[in-house]
Amino acid sequence: MTATLATVGGVFAMVDQDYLLQARQMQALSLAVHIPLVCFGIAFPAMVLFCEWRYLRTGDSLFRTLAQRWSKVMLALFAVGVVTGTILSFELGLLWPVFMASFGNVFGLGFTLEGFSFFIEAIFISIYVYGWDRLAPRLHFLTGIPVAIAGVTGSLTVISVNGWMNHPGGFTLRDGRAVDEHPWSALFGNFFFWHEFVHMYFAGYIVTGFLVAAAYAWGFLRGRWGRYQRTALTIALSAAAIAAPLQVVIGDWAAREVATEQPTKLAAIEGLGPTTRGAPEHLLGWYNGHEVVFGIEIPRLLSLLAFHNPNATVQGLDAVAPQDRPPVNVERFAFQTMVGIGTLLALLGVVYLYVRLRHKRLPGSPWFYRAVVLAGPLSVLALVAGWITTEVGRQPWIVYGVMRTSQAVTDARGIPIGYGTLIVVYLGLAAGVGWLLRRFSRLPLEVDRDG
Amino acid sequence: MAEIPIVFILAGLAAYTLLAGADFGAGLWTLLAGPKRAGRAATRDHARHAMGPVWEANHVWLIFVLVVCWTAYPLAFGSITSTLAVPLFIAAVGIILRGASYALRGQLDGARGQRTIENLFALSSILTPFALGTVVGGIASGRVPVGNATGNPVTSWLNPTSVLIGALAVAIGGYLAAVYLAADAHRLGERTLELDFRARALRSGLCAGALALAGLLVVRYDAPALFNGLTSGLAAAMIGVSAAAGLMTLLLVWRNHFGPARASAALAVAAIVAGWALAQKPRFLPGLTIDQAAAGRSTLLAVIVAVAGGAIVLVPSLILLFRLFLRGRLDPAVTLDATVLTPPHIAQNQKGKTRLLAALAGTTVVIGAGVTVFADPGWARALGIICLFAGAISTFGLATAEPDETT
Repeated sequence: MTATLATVGGVFAMVDQDYLLQARQMQALSLAVHIPLVCFGIAFPAMVLFCEWRYLRTGDSLFRTLAQRWSKVMLALFAVGVVTGTILSFELGLLWPVFMASFGNVFGLGFTLEGFSFFIEAIFISIYVYGWDRLAPRLHFLTGIPVAIAGVTGSLTVISVNGWMNHPGGFTLRDGRAVDEHPWSALFGNFFFWHEFVHMYFAGYIVTGFLVAAAYAWGFLRGRWGRYQRTALTIALSAAAIAAPLQVVIGDWAAREVATEQPTKLAAIEGLGPTTRGAPEHLLGWYNGHEVVFGIEIPRLLSLLAFHNPNATVQGLDAVAPQDRPPVNVERFAFQTMVGIGTLLALLGVVYLYVRLRHKRLPGSPWFYRAVVLAGPLSVLALVAGWITTEVGRQPWIVYGVMRTSQAVTDARGIPIGYGTLIVVYLGLAAGVGWLLRRFSRLPLEVDRDG
Repeated sequence: MAEIPIVFILAGLAAYTLLAGADFGAGLWTLLAGPKRAGRAATRDHARHAMGPVWEANHVWLIFVLVVCWTAYPLAFGSITSTLAVPLFIAAVGIILRGASYALRGQLDGARGQRTIENLFALSSILTPFALGTVVGGIASGRVPVGNATGNPVTSWLNPTSVLIGALAVAIGGYLAAVYLAADAHRLGERTLELDFRARALRSGLCAGALALAGLLVVRYDAPALFNGLTSGLAAAMIGVSAAAGLMTLLLVWRNHFGPARASAALAVAAIVAGWALAQKPRFLPGLTIDQAAAGRSTLLAVIVAVAGGAIVLVPSLILLFRLFLRGRLDPAVTLDATVLTPPHIAQNQKGKTRLLAALAGTTVVIGAGVTVFADPGWARALGIICLFAGAISTFGLATAEPDETT
C-alpha cells in the first residue's frame, strides 16, 4: 500500500503548465460569477420570509405580493446558482487535479455537507415558490424556513474549506499528499474560518439589500413610488444599511486574524517591504518592489489597525523569499477597493438609518436614491474585491505554506480555449439574467399570479 | 469500509441518470417535437411545465457524486478530471447553457429569440448527457491511468465504448422522459399528448434496448476486461435483471401502465450501474484498486456519517417534494384573486414596544462592537458577534416597523 502511494506521489509530480495564470483567472472568473448569487442564497430567503411573516401577522396583502414576487426572483437566481456552483465543482477537478488528489480527503467533507445543504435548499425552494396558493398559508411559510437555513449552512461549510486552505491543519504530509487526516477538526476546529464566514454573512445582506434596493431606487427616480415600492425599498435597504456599518467591525476582526496568522498577506495588503515598528498605511499609490510610492501616508495606522497598538511591529514582505510573496499591487488594489467602497456603503447606511429612525420617514432627496442605485453594483465590486484580497493574498500557495498553486495545476492542454469559451458563455449568461430580471420588474402588480 | 462511499457514488449516479436523465430527455423531445397529433407548441409546453418544480433538486445529484468522489477517492478523482478534462468541460458548458436557457425560456413566451433559446436548450440537453456518458465509458474501459493528465486527451473519451455509453445515456433520458410525460399527460387528461408520448416512449425504449445490446458487442472487442467482468458472476445476473426490467417496462408502457413502468425503468438503470460496478470491482482505475484509492479511515467514516445524517433530512424532504409534485399539488394555480394594495388599519399603540426595541438595539450594538473590537479571547468575541446580530435584528425591526406614510 505504502509502495503504491509512493509511486503515485511520483506520478503526480510537478508539471510544467504554461497557462497557470489563465487557469487562476478562469477559476477567479467562475468564483466572481457565483459569489454574488451566494449572497442571495444567504440573505434573500430571510427577507422573503420576513415579508410573508408580516403578511401572516397583519393580513396586509401587500406583503404577500412582495414575498411572492421576490420569491420568483429568488428561484431564478437559485437556478443560475445551481449551474454556476456545478461549474465550480467541475473546475476544482479540471484545473487543480493535484490539489484534489492530495488534499481532497482532508477538505472534501465540507463539500459533502454542502451538497446536502444544496439538496435541501433546492427541494424546499421549489415547494415554496410553486406552493404559493397551493399550500395552507402557515405551512407555506414553514416550507421557506429550510431554504433560509440551508443557504447559510451551505455557505458555512464551503467557507470552512477556504478557511482550511488559508490556515491548514489536521493532517500529516507524506510524499506530497495528506495522510492521517482528521477532516472534522481540520474544517470546523479551525478558528480561522469564523471571521471569514461572519464577514461573508454580512456581505450577503449588504449585496442583496443594496442590489434589491437599487432596483426600487431606480424606480423612484423614474417616478414609480407607490406604497409597494416604498415598502420594498424600506425592507431591502434597512437590511443593507444595518449590515454595512457593522461590517466595519467584522472587517477589523478579520484584519487582526490575518495579521497574526498570515503576516505575508497583511504585508502585501499594505505593500510593506521591511519589517517595521509603528508601520504606516498608504492610501492609493504603487508598490515598486521595495515600498509604496505616490501614496498618501498615514503614520502608524497599519500597526494600529492590525494590532491595536500604534507602535506594534509589523512583519514585512522581506521576511519571506521573493518567490513566496503574493502579487503586491493586485492585492493592495483589491483591498483598497473593498475598504473604500465598504466605507462609502457604511456612510450611506448610517445616513439612511438616521433619517429612517430619527425622522420616521424615507430620505426625500433624489441624490440619496442615485447613491443607492450606485451602491448596488458597487457592493458587488467590493464583494469580489474582498475575495480577491483573500485568495490572491494567499498566493503563491493553494494550501497556505503547504502546496503551491503551480504544483496543483493540471497538466492538460488547452486552458486558454477553455478560458475563452467560459468568458463567452458567462457573458451570454449575464445578458440572459439581466434580461430576465428586467422582465420580472416589468410585470404589472395586479396580475401577479402565476401565469 | 473503503467500499461504502463508492456505493453512495453509484447510488447518486443512478439517481442522476434517472432524474436528471429524464430532464435531459424532456429537452430532447422539445427538439424532436415534430408535428404529431398534438401541435409542436403544446408538446414543448408540456415538456417544459412538467419538469419545473423538480429541476433544481435533480441536478444536485451530480454535485453529490462529484463531492463524495473527491472526498473519499481523491487520487482517482484527480486522475479522472485531468485526463478526461475535455468531455467534462463540454458537459460543464452544456450545464451552463442548459440552466440559463431553462431559466429564460419560461419567460420567453412570444418574445424575440424564443426559438434560438429553445434550440440551445435542446442541444445542450443532448450534449451534456452524451459527454458525461463518454466519461463513464473512459473509466469503464480502463483508459484513465493514475496521474495528472497522463491518459490520452482524445481517445480516452472518443472511443467505441465511450461513444456508445454516451448515446445510451441520451436514449435512456429520452425514454424516461417520454414515459414520465405520458404519465403526466394522462394525469392532466391530455389524451393526444399522452398518445404522442406513449409512441415516443416505445420507440426510444426500443432504441435504448438496441443500443445496450450493441454495447455488449462493442465492449467485447473494445474493452475485453470489462466484457469478461460483465458476463460472469453477479455482474451477469445484474445485466440479466436490467434486460428483464427493460423488457418489462416496454410491455407496461404498451399496456398504458405508466406508473409501474417508471419503477421498472428505474430498476433497469440501477441494475446496469450495479452491473458495471461489479464487473470492474475491485479495480477503480488501471493499477489502482478501490482500497488504494480510498482516503484514510477517519475521512471515510466522516463521509459515511455525513451521508447517513444527511439522508435522514434528505429522504423525507425528497419524498415530500415528489409526492406534492406527482400529485399535481405544485401545478400552476388557476385561482386569480385580486391583490389589494391598500393598507389595512393597524392599531398604533406600540410606542412602549418601540422604545424597548430601540433600547435593546442601541445597547447590543454598542456592547457588541466594543467587545468584538477590544476583547481578545475567542469566547468573548463570540459573545460580541452574537450581540451584534441581536443589535442588527432589533434595528431591522425598528427600521421596518412602522408603515411609512410620508413622501
